[in-house]
Amino acid sequence: MDRQIVFSIKNVTMDFQISGKTFFSKKRTLRALNNVSFDLYKGESLAVVGESGCGKSTLCRIAMRFYTPSRGEMTYNGENVHKFKGNPLRNYRQKVQMIFQDPFSSLNPLHSIYYHLKRPLQLYHGYKGIELKAKMNEALEMVGLVPPEEQGIKNPHQLSGGQKQRAFLARILAIGADVIFADEPTSMLDVSIRLGVLNLMNKLKREMGKSFLYITHDIATARYFSDRIIVLYSGHMVEWGDVDKVVKHPVHPYTKLLISAAPDPERETLAKLEVRDDVEKEVTMWTPESRGCPFRNRCPVAESRCADDFPEAVEVKPDQFVRCIHAKEWKTENSAASEKPERNQPVG
Amino acid sequence: MTLKKLDNHPLFKFLRDNPKATVGFILIFTIMLLTLGAPMFTRFEAGFRSDQYRVAPNSVFILGTTQLGRDVWAQTLYGGRTSLLVGILAGVIAVTLSTVIGITAGYFGGIVDGIITMVINIAMVIPQIPLLLIIAALMGGVSPMLIGVLIGFTSWAWGARVLRSQTMSIRNREFIYSAETLGETKLRRLFAEVMPNMLSMMSSAFVGTIIYAIMAQATLEYIGFGDPLSVTWGTMLYNAQNTAALQTGAWWELLGPCLGLIVLGSGLTLINFSIDELSNPKLKAQRIMAGYYKAKKAEITYTKAGETE
Repeated sequence: MDRQIVFSIKNVTMDFQISGKTFFSKKRTLRALNNVSFDLYKGESLAVVGESGCGKSTLCRIAMRFYTPSRGEMTYNGENVHKFKGNPLRNYRQKVQMIFQDPFSSLNPLHSIYYHLKRPLQLYHGYKGIELKAKMNEALEMVGLVPPEEQGIKNPHQLSGGQKQRAFLARILAIGADVIFADEPTSMLDVSIRLGVLNLMNKLKREMGKSFLYITHDIATARYFSDRIIVLYSGHMVEWGDVDKVVKHPVHPYTKLLISAAPDPERETLAKLEVRDDVEKEVTMWTPESRGCPFRNRCPVAESRCADDFPEAVEVKPDQFVRCIHAKEWKTENSAASEKPERNQPVG
Repeated sequence: MTLKKLDNHPLFKFLRDNPKATVGFILIFTIMLLTLGAPMFTRFEAGFRSDQYRVAPNSVFILGTTQLGRDVWAQTLYGGRTSLLVGILAGVIAVTLSTVIGITAGYFGGIVDGIITMVINIAMVIPQIPLLLIIAALMGGVSPMLIGVLIGFTSWAWGARVLRSQTMSIRNREFIYSAETLGETKLRRLFAEVMPNMLSMMSSAFVGTIIYAIMAQATLEYIGFGDPLSVTWGTMLYNAQNTAALQTGAWWELLGPCLGLIVLGSGLTLINFSIDELSNPKLKAQRIMAGYYKAKKAEITYTKAGETE
């Protein structure tokens, strides 16, 4: 199958100086992302999962040019994102957009919904008068905010959380974005509304061919909405590949832990999490000097050689990659068992 | 018919929804009408001197006369003009300064913020009234307008600090980032996204400075640093104090300026409250919900009473 790469991230490393800005404090650096690379194809959804502070949001913010990566580059249609200026930048702003986590603060409380839609239409399409109004109503109808004339004149505080997120999606539609970075778009929403927003995003993906980078900590919605998945831990990609393979047969100990931590209605008792109790449970702070596997402090199968180097990626199954020293052993086990996973088609 | 039409007018709707604003506007409107239309309400000039010294209020002199035979009512009306003007002048100067300084510091951050914050802090720790006293004493017999300018240039620090912190908090809100991803220019982000969120702060700082300026001007002149020949509420109080008005029982000499200051101050404060409510709809919603629950409670007790009968 011939798939077109729209957005690609190559060896991105992001360092933050967390202290040492003044003369008196010691210089300390935090490495939020370490050598992250992946491609985003046209019309697909790629989920990035991981716990808080693993660098998911940083990824988004780099793509939105709020930060410049310390090393590596991000490319949109083959061109470096952070080198855009003038017209190419304008084009990039139009084509690549971001959905924010908190719909309560991503809309300006003093502007109406119509104003939020009006700006992109004026900026990028130059609509005026009746045409502008029609386009705004069209965008509102597309995201299910009906009747648009009634919803459009409202201010954000008159809408519910789900409606706000829909209004924000309407804005992104109005801009005409192709690549959408969704930074936990459903985490602030009620469970009952969550599926509605996800289905809407699914519709956009299928019918309009938009690509999503879906950042979440919820494995269930990731599996529902995405085609591929990346598991991040402390800024490192530990496991990635086809979403069904990774979720059904996780290989990396961290992925296993993450999946067993998610509540499953079919499971009657919560499984006991296999974590070493003798160490701190916090994510280790990664610095440029740190070596080895970031998960080794919490890993139940850690060995002394884990501290030496972070192992290279191993393709344990077709389209499932793991970075763990045990990966090779698991690979041989798997090929012996040779099971065929069935792919669940998401509905909606 | 016309009455009903008038009743549905947006202005009346607004006034019905905001009782604080209504009272405030009525008070301010009264003061404005009386001071700006002074010749309509008194037959005397501000500098008029009669041959009747310190008489109690009567039909000719509505608020009596002073030791020097001046009509208190006429002086109150004409003096109010100066007070209002000084207040507005000081308010404009202070708010302009604090907006420019505060937003600059908050928006640009870093070293710019560091330097400006230091200046703001220095300006804040200097006590204002003593500073005004020193400046006024150095210049000697300063005119009311000059007092207004002085107050404006010495009272911007508080507003600048508030606007700076407000800018900083709004600057890191997601809708500002979202405007950036949309490709809005820096100027537009500042004035179309950040500024409207601070209009309430700015207008309440403006009204607050007017109140402060009027009071500070009255204080300065009462102490005796103003121009004794000008007619303002402060100099009226100063003259009343100098001629021992209260000790001799001439309360009417103080009544005019005091009433003026109280009504103007409370009117502006009420307007300030309603600005707060307007810009922060949650405050208004709280008030409306409180009324709703009160009505609901009344309804419940009413139906209960009906049931027991």
